[in-house]
Amino acid sequence: MDFNLTEERQMLQDSLRRFLRDKYDTETRNKIIDSETGFSGEIWQEMAELGVIGALFSEDDGGFGGAGFDIATVFEELGRAGVVEPILDTALLAGGLIAEIGNDTQKGMVEQIIAGEIHLALAHGEPGSRYDLSRVTTTASEVDGTIVLNGRKSVVSNGGTAGHLIVSARETGDAQDPDGISLFLVPPDTQGLLITSSQLIGGGHSAEIILDDVHIPAEARLGPKGKAFPALEHQVSRATVALCAEALGAMETAMALTIEYLGQRKQFGRPIGSFQALQHRTADLLIELEQARSITILAAGHLQDARDIRERHVSAAKHLIGRIGRQISEESIQMHGGIAMTQEYALAHFAKRIVMIDHKLGDTDHHMERFIALGAA
Amino acid sequence: MDLNYSAEELAFREDVKQFLSDNLPAAFSDKVRKGQSLTKAEHEDWHAILNGRGWLAGNWPVEHGGPGWNAVERHIFEEECALAFAPRIVPFGVSMLGPVLHKFGNDAQKAHWLPRILNGDDWWCQGYSEPGAGSDLASLKTKAVREGDHYIVNGQKTWTTLGQHANMIFCLVRTDPDAKAQEGISFLLIDMDTPGIEVRPIILLDGSAEVNEVWFTDVKVPVENLVGEENKGWTYAKYLLTHERTNIAGVGFSTAGLESVKRIARAEMAGGRPLIENPHFAARLAKVEIDLMAMATTNLRVISKAAQGQAPGVESSMLKVKGTVIRQDINDLARRAAGPYALPFASEAVDGMNEPPVGPDYAAPVAAQYFNNRKLSIYGGSNEVQRQIIAKSTLGV
Repeated sequence: MDFNLTEERQMLQDSLRRFLRDKYDTETRNKIIDSETGFSGEIWQEMAELGVIGALFSEDDGGFGGAGFDIATVFEELGRAGVVEPILDTALLAGGLIAEIGNDTQKGMVEQIIAGEIHLALAHGEPGSRYDLSRVTTTASEVDGTIVLNGRKSVVSNGGTAGHLIVSARETGDAQDPDGISLFLVPPDTQGLLITSSQLIGGGHSAEIILDDVHIPAEARLGPKGKAFPALEHQVSRATVALCAEALGAMETAMALTIEYLGQRKQFGRPIGSFQALQHRTADLLIELEQARSITILAAGHLQDARDIRERHVSAAKHLIGRIGRQISEESIQMHGGIAMTQEYALAHFAKRIVMIDHKLGDTDHHMERFIALGAA
Repeated sequence: MDLNYSAEELAFREDVKQFLSDNLPAAFSDKVRKGQSLTKAEHEDWHAILNGRGWLAGNWPVEHGGPGWNAVERHIFEEECALAFAPRIVPFGVSMLGPVLHKFGNDAQKAHWLPRILNGDDWWCQGYSEPGAGSDLASLKTKAVREGDHYIVNGQKTWTTLGQHANMIFCLVRTDPDAKAQEGISFLLIDMDTPGIEVRPIILLDGSAEVNEVWFTDVKVPVENLVGEENKGWTYAKYLLTHERTNIAGVGFSTAGLESVKRIARAEMAGGRPLIENPHFAARLAKVEIDLMAMATTNLRVISKAAQGQAPGVESSMLKVKGTVIRQDINDLARRAAGPYALPFASEAVDGMNEPPVGPDYAAPVAAQYFNNRKLSIYGGSNEVQRQIIAKSTLGV
């Protein structure tokens, strides 16, 4: 048993933390958020050079990490600095799927991903699917060696700027059936695609995508025909751990800002941190922050286990992170008072980011239900 | 990062399991599982069984007759004992007084008292709290006045757990009434058979009689029973409190308690189906289970640091709060799960008499345990005192 980071991860953590502390302040972030793409290509490139993306891939895939604790180390730092660049979408969701089930040609993209040269998005969610991973109604039919996609994808993170979309579509089975789902690599300029991008609360952009008789060659299929679900679930579990770690880092910043402010802000002639009503709530938040750290470590440590154990730990983590995230976000704002309601104060972004993470890849209720179902099985 | 125990630690866990399976009397674990109290003789038997293996005093160094375990080994032992429903080791001699004597006792005191703790010759109880000194312990008033070779002790202690079984009590007494609160306190060892001591039981809200008031009227205590220096007792008391906080998270108790709740919820029917399948109950259960998963990991993080030689600081207070809240949540779930059969008052279930309970076996003790364990967030420094410690260390204001 050892809860210390390895030397390599410690170095990555240190250099990434230093880089972001120097380069990523609130003003910079707010500019990036309001920019046309919602991310900075320059920051992205520099992070790639630091090895941030390479750390998310195994050595076999050309990276130097890829384990749960590599993911947690990187995303805790991204969360701590409030980074809005969609590394999760390109490197973990899309990149992870290409590395796991891509053929040799497709896997050639991994090198470009690690170098920071391409941007990707996973177009999976649909208007009626909510957080249900196996619900896919977009169809793929094969006609004379050509595949035709029809359907609609919703709230596709990074969907408007990705150089390639990975689109999930059903080849067989009912709407809820895990069996029958395939993935396809689709360039965004393919005829029949209508992509409408918009800004997200807490940073980043997403796209609504309509697929109207989109024709792609059969070689565009990523992974086995109709059997993509296990890989999809696996990569989503890795991305979920990343979200937990990101939220953890963001919560640490929210707490640090709150504690600093409680010591500075004076009312009734003394620092507001000297009031017991706020002291005991601070203590509760610090306890919950340790709980958040522990459940993230636990989920990261079980990412390489068998499916049921892995998924049960991941759902436990995402549930608890959602619950604690809401508490820390709301209490940070409340204990600051009016200043926390302003856009220009640093806390605002973190409070939003933490709560919005609960809306990505399953919220606290969804994952509790899933945790229960996985335990009963 | 590595969440796995080492091969040696896993082998040790197997040893503990095997020992418990070979040596823990079924009659004892049965009582613990049913939430019944053990008799004095049963407690003493269990201590003797553990002492026979050298495992009674897990927190003692080898030189004083302990096994010399590190924090991880202690954790494994405590967890396995809880999961096997072994009786709790009565902590007052072994866990509390022992470490104080190791550190502050003189050679004669060590030679006399330590073997007697291991051999079960003495049953110790703790004389700390007073009617006017709870969370504010340093305001204690029981006084000891030096007269020749003796101290004369007058005053009252309270919440003295299992004092009815004890022949010895370690006490905090005021020896300098003029000094600042913390500076006039001494640490005395007092024979309970001395004339002038009276023990009166306090019946708790669950009907149990595990705590007492202890009254002192002109009690003569030989001066050689003073531990360390006069008026330095607060230092020793604080040292003792940090030792009281080992196993403060109670992960083993909570894990075993959660299994009990699941057993009850599988047996109880609600709307024609097992209660455990009821979505509302299942959600309550899952919430506590996930809290416990996280807290157990927090506990391991602290233990792992302790095993590497880093003394836990504010983490102990965090574990005290979260650990006790989780245990109380589990008691609450057990009570709810038992449904109407939690209602009948079953002091026989608590005291271990042989009257059959009104409802199922598992339902008899749950309400009493729920009420009894409200104490968890009060004793050992109330959870509010712990929050104060956490806030002070962070906010510094």
